[in-house]
Amino acid sequence: MKIKLLATALCALMLSAPSWSEQDEADNNVNNGGVSSLRGNVELDTQQDPGRIKQVQRDRPTMDREYVHQPPLIPHQIRHYKVDMDANKCLSCHSWKNASETGGTRISPTHYETRDGMTLSDVSPRRYFCLQCHVPQADAKPLVENDFKPVESLR
Amino acid sequence: MKKIIAIIKSWWQTLRAPSSASLGFILCLGFFGGIIFWGGFNTGMEATNTEEFCSGCHEVIVEEIKETIHYSNRSGVRAICSDCHVPHNWSDKIVRKVQASKELVAWAMGNIDTPEKFYERRRHLADREWDRMKKNNSQECRNCHEFEFMDFSIQGNRSVKMHSTALASGDKTCIDCHKGIAHELPDMTGVSGWH
Repeated sequence: MKIKLLATALCALMLSAPSWSEQDEADNNVNNGGVSSLRGNVELDTQQDPGRIKQVQRDRPTMDREYVHQPPLIPHQIRHYKVDMDANKCLSCHSWKNASETGGTRISPTHYETRDGMTLSDVSPRRYFCLQCHVPQADAKPLVENDFKPVESLR
Repeated sequence: MKKIIAIIKSWWQTLRAPSSASLGFILCLGFFGGIIFWGGFNTGMEATNTEEFCSGCHEVIVEEIKETIHYSNRSGVRAICSDCHVPHNWSDKIVRKVQASKELVAWAMGNIDTPEKFYERRRHLADREWDRMKKNNSQECRNCHEFEFMDFSIQGNRSVKMHSTALASGDKTCIDCHKGIAHELPDMTGVSGWH
């Protein structure tokens, strides 16, 4: 009788074992391990409410830099301003040729230099894609606390 | 041959002979006939102004507008191809439509039947359209965007700066600055105001 019971229990264990491990694996795939990220402390298969898309501020005065060599931020909207092989909308206001007429800020002379410091006659290809460094700002609160302060000379 | 000439002659006689129908009847006939023909002509022409008709051949370009403000925006007002590319004024519209028949020939000949050929010709095609808009003082923009009713106090700083000077004085017209607002741009080398 005892043996019969043991065998049944073992059988039941063996049958249910694979489903346990499947369950474990599924858990592991979505388990965030208690780590809270910008998505919040939620399992990976949970879709957090993304909230509304933040609006880029349409027009504002130029923003101060926070550290030396910070690429200046873009104080205006840039919807559908294309920068590609054929056209660079930023340069139609900010290039040296056009800046005086349009009143845009001139790009700095460093944008004409190669990485070896040689000055070229036009914008250096490595500086052509403006949005790699310069970005517009949305009206949004910081996602994480930040007590960064600029150095004395920039304050 | 003689028979045919005879038939034509008899037709001509019928056409030349005064009708026995009353003047009122003939006038009515002319009136309703006029409505049908003119209405039909206009309906036909309007049909060539629809987005579906344009995308029949210009499918790729019609796709390009979708991410721009003239297709998707907060208020849902939008422009279709013909709003910008076909003059609204009747006589100018007819002229443009007749010019377009030449473009039909180019289409049938397959002058631009691959993306590569299109890319190569793109600057030329854009130049033509820019020239057209420059010459008519960007009339198709102004059909909706009337300078008289622009409120500078709610425009962006950069817009005010340009609109209150260059546009107001007539030095520049819309298309001088607003190129590629509904399409991808071609190679802009040498275009005034670009790099």
